[in-house]
Amino acid sequence: MSVTIKDVEYIAKLARLKFEEDEKEKLCKEMNQILEYMAKLNELDTENIEPLSHPIELNNVFREDEIKQSVSTEEALKNAPDKDAQFFRVPKIINVE
Amino acid sequence: MINYKNHREKIDKILKKEISLQDNVQYFLNRIEENNNLNAFNFVFPECIDKAKEIENKILSGKYGKLAGMVIAIKDVLAIKDKPLTCSSNILKNFVSIYDATVIQKLIKEDAIIIGKTNCDEFAMGSSNENSKFGNVLNPYDNTRVPGGSSGGSAVAVAADLCDVSFGTDTGGSIRQPAAFCGVFGLKPTYGRVSRYGLTAFASSFDSIGPFAKSTEDTALILSVIAGIDKHDSTSSNNPVTDYMNNLELNKKLTIGIPKEYFTEGLNEEIKNSIFDIIDKLKNNGFEFKEITLPHNQYTIATYYILTTAEASANLARYDGARYGYRIENPKNLLDMYIESRSKGFGKEVKRRIMLGTYVLSSGYYDAYYKKAQKVRQLIKNDFINAFKSVDVIITPTTPTTAFKIGENIDDPLQMYLNDIYTTSINLAGIPAINIPIGKDKNNLPIGMQILANQFEEDKLLQMSYFIEKNRLLSH
Repeated sequence: MSVTIKDVEYIAKLARLKFEEDEKEKLCKEMNQILEYMAKLNELDTENIEPLSHPIELNNVFREDEIKQSVSTEEALKNAPDKDAQFFRVPKIINVE
Repeated sequence: MINYKNHREKIDKILKKEISLQDNVQYFLNRIEENNNLNAFNFVFPECIDKAKEIENKILSGKYGKLAGMVIAIKDVLAIKDKPLTCSSNILKNFVSIYDATVIQKLIKEDAIIIGKTNCDEFAMGSSNENSKFGNVLNPYDNTRVPGGSSGGSAVAVAADLCDVSFGTDTGGSIRQPAAFCGVFGLKPTYGRVSRYGLTAFASSFDSIGPFAKSTEDTALILSVIAGIDKHDSTSSNNPVTDYMNNLELNKKLTIGIPKEYFTEGLNEEIKNSIFDIIDKLKNNGFEFKEITLPHNQYTIATYYILTTAEASANLARYDGARYGYRIENPKNLLDMYIESRSKGFGKEVKRRIMLGTYVLSSGYYDAYYKKAQKVRQLIKNDFINAFKSVDVIITPTTPTTAFKIGENIDDPLQMYLNDIYTTSINLAGIPAINIPIGKDKNNLPIGMQILANQFEEDKLLQMSYFIEKNRLLSH
């Protein structure tokens, strides 16, 4: 399994990132080097091992669905890059031909 | 000047009027200014001097919190209401927190004084503090060397006497490794021991919050305050919290494990000798030692970087330029806004990890990398479960070398990752560990030793650390 420039471009698209040509080449090399090291795990037989997603034993935590005071509109908009009185402003989503 | 060795003594001296808390806070503010070149702080809060008089009066009146007058610096990944929270990243350069993290609420409630926010690797990703938008942090022992990372600024703040105690976060060694490089105590608690509410997420099943301090006593005092379940963090544990501070004396000699895998090639000779010197002294003090094996140790770095980059790629998806954080000027359309804002806002190492994480989670590779690594994580955790059947604590080095030169590993990400060889397994298994400063190498650089315990057995870690400190088994 080796990563190509095309893979880098595809992964970048998934991650919503963009790279210059020289950066792509460097990333490609680094990712291959790191993934080759990670392939070390294939030495291990893990056929009957359960995947561990959390290091401590946890149970689902339930609570009553009570209405509580939450963040105000003003506070929620405090760090917005663009906003009007009540909403976040973003570029137009629907294209009009 | 600092003329107290821990918080208990500081309070005593304030009560006897030998210390003025205002002078003490001013002293730290001056030290921060004088040591500006170390670049330990992203933000300093000079207005904290106003709290000094108020808290000093509280102390003199006899009604005061457990941390009254303790001057604390906070890694810039934790939320403090109405203060900047940047994670040392351009993508959050103008972000201001609208609430306090749970640990911050607890510190304030106990009358601590928060003096500023410390520099770190961007989003806590790094082992050298060379990935910060605020620039490198310098090691106070040798300014051409790194302080370690990612909590480099917090380690330096304590080591260079810029505060009493500081806070860091540890996902794969980010408290213990800089503590080792800077010669201070650094505790990574059990996963879930301390609420993560208000901590900017990097890898959610690994992240832990903990203190840097100059003594075991202060470390224990801090843990007593910050540990416990929190309704805002469903992964915080309801395991009972011990009064660590008043439970530091050992009531029996513990059995100590030495994992052979941690003392093989790649470990610096001076570090190895310093640790064996402590082991000999502990043997003379009646402690029993056992050689143990952690057979999957060689797989920890690979497992760690697969799982943490995967979790990071998901956690960092929220930085899209829509609701907060950096957005480029005049985006052409929505997709352009996402791509350009993220590409300009994130630094190199963060983007590298998002790419790796997205790759290991992508269709066709999920089973081969991500699921495989989750299975190996189970094996690594089992190694520790088995080891702790026959020993109480484990002693290891914290780092394979002392502090390395700035720039030495920056062009080789894999080499940089391999520096975490003794620390990442602890986060994979979710157990607690502490770095103890045990001496200096021939270049006068600090050497660190790590003690590990089973989940929720911080009391044993702190008791061991206290025994070593109190009986002066340290070589400096």
